[in-house]
Amino acid sequence: MKNVGRREPNVIPGFGITLGFTTFFLCAIVLIPLAALVLKAGGMEWERFVGVITSDRAVASYRLSFGASLLAACVNMVFGFAIAWTLVRYDFPGRKIIDALIDMPFALPTAVSGIALTAVFAGNGWIGQYLEPLGIKVAYTWIGITVALTLIGMPFVVRTVQPAIQEVQRDLEDAAETLGAGRFYVFLRIIIPTVLPALLTGFTLAFARAVGEYGSVIFIAGNMPKLTEITPLLIYIRLEEFDYQGAAALGVVMLSISFAMLLAINLLQVWGRKRMMVSR
Amino acid sequence: MAGPSSHTEIAAELATRPGHASLGSALVRWMMITVSLVFLGALLAAPLFAVFATALEKGWAAYFQSFADPDTQAAIRLTLITAAVVVPLNTVFGITAAWCIAKFEFRGKSFLITLIDLPLAVSPIVSGLIYVLLFGLNGWFGAWLQENDITIVYALPGIILATMFVTFPYVARELIPLMQQLGNDEEEAAITLGAGGWFTFFRVTLPKIRWGLVYGIILCNARAMGEFGAVSVVSGNIRGMTTTMPLHIEVLYNEYNFVGAFAVASLLSMLAVVTLIIKTLVERSGYRRR
Repeated sequence: MKNVGRREPNVIPGFGITLGFTTFFLCAIVLIPLAALVLKAGGMEWERFVGVITSDRAVASYRLSFGASLLAACVNMVFGFAIAWTLVRYDFPGRKIIDALIDMPFALPTAVSGIALTAVFAGNGWIGQYLEPLGIKVAYTWIGITVALTLIGMPFVVRTVQPAIQEVQRDLEDAAETLGAGRFYVFLRIIIPTVLPALLTGFTLAFARAVGEYGSVIFIAGNMPKLTEITPLLIYIRLEEFDYQGAAALGVVMLSISFAMLLAINLLQVWGRKRMMVSR
Repeated sequence: MAGPSSHTEIAAELATRPGHASLGSALVRWMMITVSLVFLGALLAAPLFAVFATALEKGWAAYFQSFADPDTQAAIRLTLITAAVVVPLNTVFGITAAWCIAKFEFRGKSFLITLIDLPLAVSPIVSGLIYVLLFGLNGWFGAWLQENDITIVYALPGIILATMFVTFPYVARELIPLMQQLGNDEEEAAITLGAGGWFTFFRVTLPKIRWGLVYGIILCNARAMGEFGAVSVVSGNIRGMTTTMPLHIEVLYNEYNFVGAFAVASLLSMLAVVTLIIKTLVERSGYRRR
């Protein structure tokens, strides 16, 4: 048996074949197609590439995609924390069902959440009918886009913050309060520092997911160029016009954002782990 | 506001947890629960109920009638075929990748894990776009494919490829941390005692990882059946031919056939609910996600 272990000979078989199969599959399904995208955009002249990705319509779509995703992630940070806190700290009837329901946006197809949200928030919908008289139009505006992006990002925040809240040492809180600290002080000085890395990781995960989201948004968005047109939709439109290079150029922008987000998430997790170590 | 009964409750709480309880903390508790429930009610529960309410707004007969549409039936069939191909392939991949990553030490391992997780970070539209750029008419292999009479984009193979891409990491990312944590001792013992590799996998490893495997498979399946963006790009949306269930929802919705659209959506919602139930049962059996 070949020695592949670090310290002692590894007797378990199948290293070569599993590594080979994994690498092959990974290349065929993920890496080669992604490389094709970069090559396609790389085949453009630089001026044209820059022209496509900085066109008015494209820039308007970035502003919308980023703005709405950022706003949705912020909303999720606040409400996600409240939900996670409620689920960890309080017991109330139906808590377990609510806890299971949190993952709904992971399991529910995006097209379904898209048409369902539109039905609820349209002018004649269950919630929309009460908002419209107040002058708040949700469906077919940027607000609707933000609502959809909030829904799909919510479980990311709740599920990353939940374990962190469990980590908060209650005896520390009790000690602080016995020593005369106010509740707000305890929240600011004990709870927030412990939960912060998880909260930021959840925020970034929700944001990363929202930037690329398509299915749940297009039904509620209205899809007016420069107004309610998200970047993924613009890519879709370019493809329908058979403008492959234009689509590829915008695709590379989206892909770069994905990589940047991935890097940010990894750095946040390393930072969070380090803080954990120090605090112990 | 606080009647005598709540006063005694608070007093009781004060006795058990010194310095922690007051009227304020009861208020905070009540506020947090209300805020959470209202938020989840508006964002999660209302849309879910709206799906079924709209699907049934013209009665049960109209609801069932919408499934008699041959295009709807074709969409259901296409979704089932796609999932039947994609889920087993990605399961085999997930097990293989987890075996190689969890059981052996080699250089570049964490990089490999990052690459496996990569599709999760990519926008669904980009996930579809890459296959159009490869196999579409103006794509890298477009001309060659046309000469040889092979269609991938705007047909079943393209739908399967795009679905494989978006569900690629699901089983692997469930199994890798699980198998890493379980360690190699039992497998090493089995092999040393003369068991073969396959025998060891089926009799020693598989029983240990079965709940993680179920977990990964149901999530993979839910995403495979529900994927919209990536499939939308490669499918060409030919009604009754290349529309999966989520795409068929869009077709019906754009035709203002709301009962039909929400009827198909109700099936996918039920799939989501069943997925969550299985997931909860798996977690109750002691499986903890990492």
